[in-house]
Amino acid sequence: MRFLLTRAIGAIALVFAVTSGAVLLAQLAPGDYAGRFDRTPAELAADRHRLGLDRPMWEQYTGWLTRTLTLDLGESFAYQVPVIGLVRERAANTARLAIAALAVATLLGIPWGVITGTRDGIVARVLRALSLFVISVPPLIGAILLLMFAAATGWLPVSGMDGPRNFVVPTLALALPIAAMLERLQSQSIGDALRRPSTAAARARGVSRTRVIWRHAWRQSLAPILGIYGVVVGSLFSGSFAVEYVTSWPGLGNLMRMALMARDTNLVAGCAAAGAAFLAAGILGADVAQALTDPRVRGEGAR
Amino acid sequence: MKLLLAFAMVVVLAPLLAPYDPGRSFDGYPFAPPMRPRLLDGGTVRAPFAYALVPVDLIERRYGADRTRRVDSFSGETPWFLLGSDPLGRDVLSRVMMGARLSLGIALLATLAALAIGGTLGALAAYSGGWIDTVVMRIADFVIVLPAIYLVLALRGALPVALTTTQVFVALVGVLSLVGWPTVARGVRGILVVEREAEYAEAARAMGAGAARVIVRHLLPAASGFFVVQATLLVPAFVTAEATLSLVGLGFTPPAASWGMMLQDASSPGTLVAAPWLLAPAFAVMVTVLAVHLAAHARTKLRSPVFRTQLF
Repeated sequence: MRFLLTRAIGAIALVFAVTSGAVLLAQLAPGDYAGRFDRTPAELAADRHRLGLDRPMWEQYTGWLTRTLTLDLGESFAYQVPVIGLVRERAANTARLAIAALAVATLLGIPWGVITGTRDGIVARVLRALSLFVISVPPLIGAILLLMFAAATGWLPVSGMDGPRNFVVPTLALALPIAAMLERLQSQSIGDALRRPSTAAARARGVSRTRVIWRHAWRQSLAPILGIYGVVVGSLFSGSFAVEYVTSWPGLGNLMRMALMARDTNLVAGCAAAGAAFLAAGILGADVAQALTDPRVRGEGAR
Repeated sequence: MKLLLAFAMVVVLAPLLAPYDPGRSFDGYPFAPPMRPRLLDGGTVRAPFAYALVPVDLIERRYGADRTRRVDSFSGETPWFLLGSDPLGRDVLSRVMMGARLSLGIALLATLAALAIGGTLGALAAYSGGWIDTVVMRIADFVIVLPAIYLVLALRGALPVALTTTQVFVALVGVLSLVGWPTVARGVRGILVVEREAEYAEAARAMGAGAARVIVRHLLPAASGFFVVQATLLVPAFVTAEATLSLVGLGFTPPAASWGMMLQDASSPGTLVAAPWLLAPAFAVMVTVLAVHLAAHARTKLRSPVFRTQLF
């Protein structure tokens, strides 16, 4: 319980720090939203006043902070609608993509790693080489290559988000490098687990090799893999930015990019808050999963 | 490793090796396909040449080979596009080669900067301990958790949008090194905290060496292997980051030729099918990442997959 509490406080601190950082950086940037259009100086000043851009930076920040604490994220300058609705819709799209990619990466990477870690035949060698290749294809490049494949064959839609088939290209682009990373980790860790005396003892008792691998060694080998999920969430978000751009996915990444380019401060802050909340939730989830499987981690958190 | 050396050669010698000026547009040759080098011309063996392109249908961007005209040099008026041309009729091969200077240059300099910042802060944290240690490590942990590309975006967003090519280069090196230092700092601190207590370090101190000398001459060499491993992670990550930023319009701007800029031409599905040679920069990114990974694989046999997480 204590463990959960400290981690939860950490998560809230993360969201707060990221969002504040985004607001301050966005305000630090030269130019503002109003200055992007051709206006007479008087109109410009009126616009600035309406949007509150004429006040000192610190005052803008504290104003934003007090509004945010009452859960009012303000209105987007460019879209002229409340930020919260806009962000909620786009964040849901990004979350769908991220969860799909995480699921595919896990279902692909774990068995892949168990095979390469426990066998040494031609299949395992090919799979090992394949993983080294796949890990070298960043989501950006993967998305472009898959997009070309989809466009050339006409089997899959190339952009947007209209149905389940739209998921294939961005999900694979995002999931494959992560699957390969999980494969490396799983392969290493199950190899270590198999070398432990306990597995040799199980084999000596007459337990079949398959059963030893899956029931004994695999369970022991899971700890480092669960540990990496906290980091994977971060790289998932990074990768999803590029993938969203290439496949025109209506997600948080594209929204954030437009907000940054338009100097739409409220929207930038809203996107950052949503992104940070996801991130914190993901890390919290990974921590809890690790704590459930490994009691030592619980003790560390309570210290 | 050999692959990496070959890469370095191309980068350094790009201005000499590139067949054409990367900014030169050939009028009437947009989206020209690659021209295959040949040796046989109707039964006679010749020096390498290609048949000249004749536009068949400029609207549909179709070209045919004119079997009566041979192109055998890069100096004539008729272009020889070994890797095709881009929408403005510029030679893709020359642009990929020159683009390597920007893309790889940024990645290498940012890596060096990240190693320097991370090494300094890590050593500082390990050696001074106390609150400095706590503060530096807390900041590092915070930055590590953030999705790197968004941090880069936010930092890049705080700079003016329109910058000259040199300014973009410097800005990206700065921004990327600010994102890359924390893993280095953590690792260096971890190694130095152990090494600090080793007998050789104690001996150096006993002989009157100051803190700076002990760190630089005695302790940091223990972390050299770690620096190499980190470099093999940061370089691919930074190459990808530059490509992403330039692709979305927050990196280099025309007329500069970086790999990310060139991918802008290739990012629409229709173009990808009609002119797949525009993917050359994507392959350049992939081969770079693969080359670095293979070199690292050979060196470390991927002993520590925990460090092999992706930044981007």
